[in-house]
This record gives sequence, C-alpha cells and structure tokens, in this order.
Amino acid sequence: MNDTGSLVTLAPDSSGPAPTGERWIRFAKPARWIAIAGAVGVLAAPFMAWAYRPDALDDVSFWGEPSPLQWFAFALGLLLLGCLVAPFVIKPRPGRRPRRLLAFNRGAKAAASGSLVYFAVASAAIVLELGGLVALEPGAWAGLAGALVATVATRALPEGHDPRLQFLNTPAWGQILGIVGAVALVLFAAAYGLGQDGASTFVTFGVLCGVGVYVAARVGVMGWLSAAAARNRRALVLAAFAVAFLFPMTQDGSDANMSIAVGVLIFAATAMGLNIVVGLAGLLDLGYIAFLGAGAFTAAILSRSAFATLGWSPPFPVVVLISGTVAAILGLIIGSPTLRVSGDYLAIVTLAFGEIFRITMNNLDGVDGPNLTRGSNGIPAIPDLELFGFDFGESHMILGVQIGRFANYYWLMLLVLALIILVFTNLNHSRIGRGWVAIREDERAAEAMGVNVFGLKLLAFAGGAFLAGIAGAVKAHVDVSVTPDQYIFMESAFLVAGIVLGGMGTVGGVLIGASILKLLPEKLRFFEDYRLLMFGVLLVVMMRFRPEGLMPDERRQLEFHADDDELAEEIGENIEAHVIPSLAGAPEPDLKGDDA
Amino acid sequence: MLEVKDLVVAYGRVQAVKGISFSVEEGQIVSLLGTNGAGKTTTLRTISGLIKPVSGEVWLDGERLDGTPAHAIVTRGIAHSPEGRKLFPRMSVEDNLLLGAFTRRDHAGIKQDLDRVYALFPVLGERRQQPSGLFSGGEQQMLAMGRAMMSRPRLLMLDEPSMGLSPIMTQTIMRTIAELRASGTTVLLVEQNAQAALTLSDKGYVLEVGRIMFTDTGEALLRDDRVRRTYLGLDL
Ligand SMILES: Nc1ncnc2c1ncn2[C@@H]1O[C@H](COP(=O)(O)OP(=O)(O)OP(=O)(O)O)[C@@H](O)[C@H]1O
Ligand SMILES: [Mg+2]
Repeated sequence: MNDTGSLVTLAPDSSGPAPTGERWIRFAKPARWIAIAGAVGVLAAPFMAWAYRPDALDDVSFWGEPSPLQWFAFALGLLLLGCLVAPFVIKPRPGRRPRRLLAFNRGAKAAASGSLVYFAVASAAIVLELGGLVALEPGAWAGLAGALVATVATRALPEGHDPRLQFLNTPAWGQILGIVGAVALVLFAAAYGLGQDGASTFVTFGVLCGVGVYVAARVGVMGWLSAAAARNRRALVLAAFAVAFLFPMTQDGSDANMSIAVGVLIFAATAMGLNIVVGLAGLLDLGYIAFLGAGAFTAAILSRSAFATLGWSPPFPVVVLISGTVAAILGLIIGSPTLRVSGDYLAIVTLAFGEIFRITMNNLDGVDGPNLTRGSNGIPAIPDLELFGFDFGESHMILGVQIGRFANYYWLMLLVLALIILVFTNLNHSRIGRGWVAIREDERAAEAMGVNVFGLKLLAFAGGAFLAGIAGAVKAHVDVSVTPDQYIFMESAFLVAGIVLGGMGTVGGVLIGASILKLLPEKLRFFEDYRLLMFGVLLVVMMRFRPEGLMPDERRQLEFHADDDELAEEIGENIEAHVIPSLAGAPEPDLKGDDA
Repeated sequence: MLEVKDLVVAYGRVQAVKGISFSVEEGQIVSLLGTNGAGKTTTLRTISGLIKPVSGEVWLDGERLDGTPAHAIVTRGIAHSPEGRKLFPRMSVEDNLLLGAFTRRDHAGIKQDLDRVYALFPVLGERRQQPSGLFSGGEQQMLAMGRAMMSRPRLLMLDEPSMGLSPIMTQTIMRTIAELRASGTTVLLVEQNAQAALTLSDKGYVLEVGRIMFTDTGEALLRDDRVRRTYLGLDL
C-alpha cells in the first residue's frame, strides 16, 4: 500500500503542467484587446432587446431602455472593462521589485466568467419561458457572444502574483472608512434587493452581488477589507449594528419588507443560539426549533390573548424570562440522559425530541390532555406588545420617517440578536469556550484536563435553549398566533444548514448563512417547492469546495494567519519576497479550480 | 500522600493490573519501572480516574479517590501527562497550556506559570500561537509536560516524559522534574530510561505483568542486578 502510494505522489511533482495562463503568455496583448471587444459587447447588450415578448424576466423586450435586470448586466460589463483597462492606467510602482497591489487579470477572468453565467442563465430562462431560441432578440445574442469572447480571451492573460493590497500600510481612519463604506454598500444592496418585486430581478441582482464580491476577492480588495476588519473589530461591529438599525428608515413605512426582515432576524437569532450548541460545543442538535416553540407557546399562554389558557399575564420582561427558563428546563430534561452518549445518538434523540414536542403541543388540547395549547388550532389573537408605554402595534413617526409595526419588532429583535451575539462572543473567548473547543477536539483528553465534560455540554444545551426561548417569546407576538405546525423538523434542519453554510462557530458567517437561507424562499415564492432540493445541492457543493463555510472560524485559520501583523509590516518594508506568496496564497486554498 | 491498595484493573476479561499496592510520600519522586505491557500506564490512568478499577482502593491525603470522576480528580491536585501526549492538535500552544490550567481561576498565577513554561521551553514561547499539531514529536512532549505543570498539581504523574526527546532535552526534562520536587511537587514517574529515572527517584517499584516484583530506593535499584540486567541492558 505505502509503496505504491509514494510512487504515485512522486510523478506529478516532477513534471506538472504549467498554469493555463502562463502557457499562452505571448498572446496576452492581443487577448486583452479581444477581451475588451467582448466587454464592449456586454456593455452594448443592455441597450438592445433581449426577448421577443415582455412576459419573461420582468420584461426585457425594449430597445434603448434597459430594465433593471439589464442594468445589472451593464454593471457586470463595467466591472469587466474596468479590470481589463486598469493595467493601462495603474502601472506597477517602479523599483527593484515592482509591487502589484491588485490582481486585475484575475478580476477580469472572474468578471468574464460571471458575465457569461449571467447571460447564459438569462437566455436559458427566456428560451424556457417563451418557448424556443427564436424568442431571443439580438441583445441576448450580443451579450452571450461578448461574454463568451471575453471569457475565452481572458484565459490567455497571465494569472500574475497574488494581490498584496492587504499588506498595504493604511492609516487607521482609512481602514475604518473602508469598513464603513463596505457596510453601507451592504445596506444599500439589501434595501435595493428587497425593494425588487420581480423574482427574476431579485435573483439576478443577487447574482450581480455575488459576482461583484467574487471579483473583489480575486482582485484583492476583499483581502484588504478582511485584514482591516480583523484589526478594527469594534468599528466593524458598530458599523454593522448602525446599518442594521437604520435599515427600517430606508423602507418608507412599508411593512412588506420589514415583515420579511423580522423573520430573518428571528431565524438568525435562533441560529446564533444553536451556534453555541453546534458551533462551540460541537453537539449536533436536530430538534432545536422545539426550544423556539417552547418559548413561543409559553409567551402565548401568558399573553393577554382571549384564547390564552392560563388567565395569568405578567409583564413582558417577566414573560421573556419565564419563556427562556421553560425552554432551558426542557433542554435539561432532554440533555441529562442523552449528553452522556456522544455523537450520532444525540442527533437522533434530539430529532425525536423535536417531533415529540410538536405532537405534544398538538395533544394538549383538552381532549387528550390538559387544555394548554388548544391543540392544532394553537393560540391566536396574541395582542401586540406594549413596553414602557411604547405600543409595538402602532406606526410612529421617527425623524420624519414612518416606522410601522414590523419595524418596531425589527428593532426589538435586533436587541435580542445583539444580546445573543454578546453571550456567544463572551462565551467563545472565555474559559468555558476553551473547554468546549477541547470537548469538540477530544472528549477524553478534555476530561483529563479537569474539564467537566458532561456539565459543560449540559450548560451549552440548556443555555442555547434559553436563548431560543427568548427569541420565541418575541416571535409569538410578531406572528400574532402560535400553532404547533410552525415548529416542524424542517425548520431545525434549515437552522443547522444555515450554520454549516455560513461557518460553524462564527458570528458573521452564521448571520450571513441564516439570512440567505431565510431570505431566498421568502422573496422567491416559486422557489418554495424546490427549496429542499436547492439547499441539498448547495450544501453538497459547499462540502466539496469550502467545507469550513463561507466565513471560516478564526481558530481554524490560526495556522495561516499566526503572524499576520508582523508580516504585514515586514512586507511594507520590502523584505524578502519568498515569504509573501505562501502567506497570501494560503487563505484561499480552494479557489484554483475557477480558472480551469 | 498517595496510597494504592490491592488495585485490580481489567480491560474486559483481561486483567492488566493484578492487585498492586504502593505509596508515594509527600515531596518524593517515585518511579514505576516495568517491561512493555507491565501495567504502568494502566495504573496511572486508574489513579487519574480515566479507568474504573475492578477492586482495590486509591487514597489521596486520607480521602478515597477511586470512583471520583476524572475532572474532579484534577481539582484535587493531581495532574496527569498521559502516554502519547494527547494534546489538542488544532488548538494553539497557548490554548493547550491554558487548558492545563482549566481548573484554576487565579489569572495572575496562570500568567506567571505560562511565563515559567515558556522560559523552560523557549520553543513553545516563540510559537505560542501555532496549532500544537504542527510541532515535532519532541516539542509536543515538552508541551505535554508544560501543560501538566499548568494546573499547579500537588501530585504530578508523568508517563514516559522523555519519549522521543533528544538526550539534551531528556536532561532538561529530568532537571525540570528535580526542580519541581524542590518547589514542593510530588512526582510519580513512569520511564523507560531507567538510569535517568532512578538517579532522581527516592523510591522505585518494579512491575511485571500486573504485579509488583520488588521495591527499593532509587540508588539501591540502580545497583540491583535484576534491574541492571533487564532495564539498563548491562551484561553481567
Ligand atoms: N485499551 C486497552 N484495551 C485492552 N487491553 C489493553 C488496553 N490498554 C492496555 N491493555 C493491555 O493491558 C496491559 C498493560 O498495558 P499498559 O499500557 O498499562 O502497559 P505499560 O506498562 O504502560 O507498557 P509500556 O511500557 O509499553 O507503555 C497490556 O497487556 C496491554 O495489552
Ligand atoms: Mg505505558
């Protein structure tokens, strides 16, 4: 076994083929001009009609008047052209060893492929919806051809060095400015994207954003941003929260998007609570939604609804605590017998627990058991919250902007989310967090270090349940009614999927992952039927290309970034070149497939 | 301080330790010697609560220890540097050391002990943020030793601390053990390097297939023919 293995590994090392780009280097000059011609094609396409009839892709049948969807294509064209032309304008600084801060060729390759995908998908959608290739008008052909030409031509451009922008010495205010700018851009994109009613426009805008981020990453801007963000954590957090706080202001009192936004926040807060259990302590909980349900039912029963079954309604802050506690007690009950066994058993037991919870809620209807939840009818007509004289059901004028019911709850949920994130980060960096990581790595060795493995697992389980219970208490009031069928297994599965997608054990990653998973089906009704299939495919793709999630955990990146600060300074002083490629290349080990 | 009475430990139906009794006095270094498979590691693992004995008793300062869960035994003041190191490979050196101090809450003292470990093993200090899995075997052994020291144990149990170390590093480890004793730590030592171990030890026990064959002071054992033949490889 061993012998053949070593023989096989020896072979490719000695005679590996040259990277695609470098082999065609002598064609680089003409290729650039051909690619520019392609980019012009992409830029021209939006001003022509793409489809014969208006009923595909939110109407792209006009000449000279681009629809939003066509403007997105125009933006992609600009991005592509920019990357191609930039090297003429921005020359590398002369010197003993020229320093290239940005990798424009890589950006051009990414932008060209992105445009091609964009036009291919758009054309396919038109062909499918309108029946046949005849439905395609010259605009679609021009875009397809331009993008194809650009994609092929950019293959001949050399890859160039890894971009070194992230090692550029930037003053602190410059870094913070960059962070604030990026976060503001995210707010703008979110507000604009949510404002799109047409499903196709929404999807294509998402694609534009995705391609934009990808190009920025390839060019080297993202590296700089994440380095700046790592060094200015507090600024990043403040900016992110300020933006999230301002979001309702962009909605002109419209409740349509705010109700979606509240849903996203509730989902994200729950995912963040589960992130403590799964991401930090490494316990796979497939029934977590039951804790959200426990909190919601508790709050509903204790609310002033005419259908509440207890007839006792304490003030909301008390209700929140009781809801959290009920959920935590459930967590203890389910956790104490099961946390002694590890791994797969826990997943199975929690899965069963989630179902038992739902069925129990269905049966506490006065027929099969005491009347607590009114069975499958649930508890409707839960009144809006009133906290410190602030009525969450009413619209308010704040700074001249109408703030509706859902916007009120949005702000409340933002507070809850902030609380959960605070708990999460504090735990993560505490002694307890270290104990959890040790348990995740090696349970027996952790025990030998004096880590109370069972106790810490139970703490994670019950603590996570408590936080979900709090979120559930708010959710009950947002949703107005609480029924058992809101808390099905599928929701638990999506929570876990959001965490895996974003990056286990991280804050930013899980927020992004949860938002994506919740937002897509809300915005795309047609997507509803296929959402399981899509998420399945998405997760499989993720596991293959980026198993650590969109934004991996810093502990997992330790290896690559150990001496980042020192190195950045060293590089600023032009010290030995050979250190740099290994460092700069390390964080993106999986991206090389994209140029093939 | 440590008293082991008629300890029997079995894996399934196979008895690995067949009724051994020994004691470790406060401030001593005591060695367990024995051929491969004699039951030394099993004995240490039983004392630190990782395995439950079939019968017999373990006492620490007049309190019964067997039956206590492993994490609680650490709180009682016993640290165990296990055979094969058992580090957390994806965690940094510093996190590994801090885990060694998991049961302590005196931040100042922990900081002080961290510095002490880094002074003792400079290579750990230089690479404190790197994952321990990237270290060489010998460096990992140093980390395991440092980690065991971090709980400021009263009784330190070391299972083959010189395994994989160069002669010079072995000397450092042995010197460290002597220093630890001088600062009041009691040490229960398992070593294949019998010469080095017995030179340090106040007392030694020789195990064979789960039984204690004989015992004496370290010096006396170094001169004992049976020990010289089996463990020091001397032709007599
Ligand atoms: N997990 C286990 N399961 C079954 N048998 C085991 C296990 N661990 C050890 N044994 C057996 O118990 C006996 C004692 O093993 P132990 O590891 O205590 O020996 P040791 O004295 O530490 O030897 P060495 O010097 O090689 O480390 C051996 O016969 C071994 O095969
Ligand atoms: Mg052993």
